[in-house]
Amino acid sequence: MGNAVAIIGTGQTKHGRRQDLCYPELVRESVTAALEDAGITLQDIDGVVLGTMPSMMEGVSSTHFYFAEAMGAVRKPVLKVETCGSTGQSIGHCGFYWVASGMADLVLVVGSEKMSEGDGQATMTTVFEPFFQKTFAAGAPGVFTMQSMEWMYRFKIPEEKGREAAAQISMSNHDNAMDNPHAHIRMRVTMEEVMNARIITYPVRLLDVCPASDGACAVIFASERMAKKICKKPAWIKGIGFRGEEFFYGESDKSIWMSATEAAKEAYQQAGIQDPLKELDVAEIYNPFTYQEMIFYECFGFCPRGKAPDYVLKGTFRKEGQLPCCPSGGTLCTNPIGATGLIRLAEAALQVTGKAGARQVDGARLAMSHAMGGVDQFNGVTIVGAEM
Amino acid sequence: MSKDENRIVKGQVKVPYEMALGRTWSYFLDCLKEEKIMGKKCGKCSRVLVPPRSFCPRCFQDIEQWVEVSQEGVVETWVYVNMPFFAQELKIPFISAQIRLDGSNTGFTHQIAGIDLSDFDQVRKTVKLGGRVRAIWRSEKKGSILDIAYFEPVE
Repeated sequence: MGNAVAIIGTGQTKHGRRQDLCYPELVRESVTAALEDAGITLQDIDGVVLGTMPSMMEGVSSTHFYFAEAMGAVRKPVLKVETCGSTGQSIGHCGFYWVASGMADLVLVVGSEKMSEGDGQATMTTVFEPFFQKTFAAGAPGVFTMQSMEWMYRFKIPEEKGREAAAQISMSNHDNAMDNPHAHIRMRVTMEEVMNARIITYPVRLLDVCPASDGACAVIFASERMAKKICKKPAWIKGIGFRGEEFFYGESDKSIWMSATEAAKEAYQQAGIQDPLKELDVAEIYNPFTYQEMIFYECFGFCPRGKAPDYVLKGTFRKEGQLPCCPSGGTLCTNPIGATGLIRLAEAALQVTGKAGARQVDGARLAMSHAMGGVDQFNGVTIVGAEM
Repeated sequence: MSKDENRIVKGQVKVPYEMALGRTWSYFLDCLKEEKIMGKKCGKCSRVLVPPRSFCPRCFQDIEQWVEVSQEGVVETWVYVNMPFFAQELKIPFISAQIRLDGSNTGFTHQIAGIDLSDFDQVRKTVKLGGRVRAIWRSEKKGSILDIAYFEPVE
C-alpha cells in the first residue's frame, strides 16, 4: 500500500446549472472550500492533480493548462488524469500514489465539469470505436440500457421486478439528495412519477437517469506525518482498486462486468474486507442509471448475481437499510462528470469523519467510493476509514 | 460590473481528420464489399474476433488466421433509440444492437431494421434478446460498416 495517506479536507461547489460564473471560477470555488476545510493555504500544497472529461466537453483543450490559476497550480508540479466517468477515482488514486510514494506531504486533487457549456452525449460519442461502432452509438443511455437488458435477460429478472426495483432506487436517491445542500436535483419523486416519466431508451425513463451538471470538487491528500500534525479527523485511505477492459464493446460480458468486480476485490483485499455488505457502513457508488446501479451491487459482492432487485425491494440500500447507498443522492442527482467520482470519495470521507451534516449515516467508520468510465470500460474504487 | 451577469458566448470547434485503417480493417471492409463477414482467429486463445483485429486484445499476439463467419447470429442485447443528439449518423428511431454471429466469440455492434420501427410496442414483439437475425446488404458498397445495411429478424 505504500505509506499511509489520509484525506484532510474536501470542498464542493453548489452543483447544478452554474451560468453565473465562468468555468475557471467554478473550479476555484471548490478549491477555496477544500483549503478552508483543511485549514491550509495554497502555499502548503506540494502538487496538483486535475481531471475532467475529454476536451470536446467544454471545447477548451488541456483543462490542466486552462485551470492553472484557478486550482492554484502556478509554480507547482501538475498532473492530469482523464478516464471519463471514472476520472474522479483516477485522480484520487493519482493523489494517493503521489503522497504514498513519500514524495509529497500535501496534494490537491480537483475534478470538474461544466456540462451546460457543451453537448455531453456528442462528447461521449467521440469515445466510441470510430470505424465500426460509433455509427450505432446512442450515447450513455444506449450503452447502459443495452447492458441492463443483457443483465436482466441473463439472470431471468422479470421486467416488472426490474422496473419496480429501479423505481425504488430512484426514490431513495432523490430522497437522500434532499439532505445534501450541494446536490443538483433536489426533489422527491413518487413511484408513479418514476414509472410514468418520459421514456429515454426503453425501459429507462427520465427519472432513472442522472442530470447534466456543472460542478467541481477538491480533495486534499496528506501524508501520515502531516495528517497527524494538522487534522483532527483524517479519513484514511484503506484500499484502492482499478481495472480496465477491452476497448471494443461486445468483447467482455458487461452483465458480470470483470472490471467492476475485480476493482472492488482489490480494494477489499487491501482494506481487509471480507463481507462488504456487513463491514461497509456506506457505499457511495457511481449511479447515473438506476438499472445499472443494481449490476454494481452484484459486482461489489453486496448480493448474489441476479438478486440485486430482491435486495433493493427489501430496502437494503436505503439510508435506514443495512448498507446505505449514496446518502448524498449519488450521481443520479448530481453529475458533473469529471468531478463525480471524486465527489463519491469526498462524500465517503465526510461520512467516516462525521462531517456529513444532515446526510450523515450514524456511526459510519468505513465507506466505499466508486466510479465507472468510458463505454463500460473502466472501474475504480477507493475505500476510506476512520482508523488508520 | 455588467448588468447581464449570466452572459453566454456561443462557439463550435470543427476539426477534420484522416485516420489510417491498417491492413486488417482495410481487408475486412473489402470483404464486406463482396458480402462476406470476416473474422480473425487468435492462434493462442482460439477466439474468433469480429470485427477482426490485427492482434489479440487478451494475448497481445499478432493474429494471422482469417475466418469467414456466418451472416446470421443471436441478439445479445438491443436498444430502441428515439432521441436526437448532435451529429448522430442514423435517423431516429433506430435499433442499436449487439449480435453474436455464428462462428464468432465476440458481440458485433450494428443495427436491427427491415421492420416497421414506428411503433415500439410492435417492435418489442419482433425483436427479442436471444432471437436470431441475418445481415441484409446495401446494394451500393462504399467500404464502410454500413455496407451491411442492417440485420433483420429471422422467423
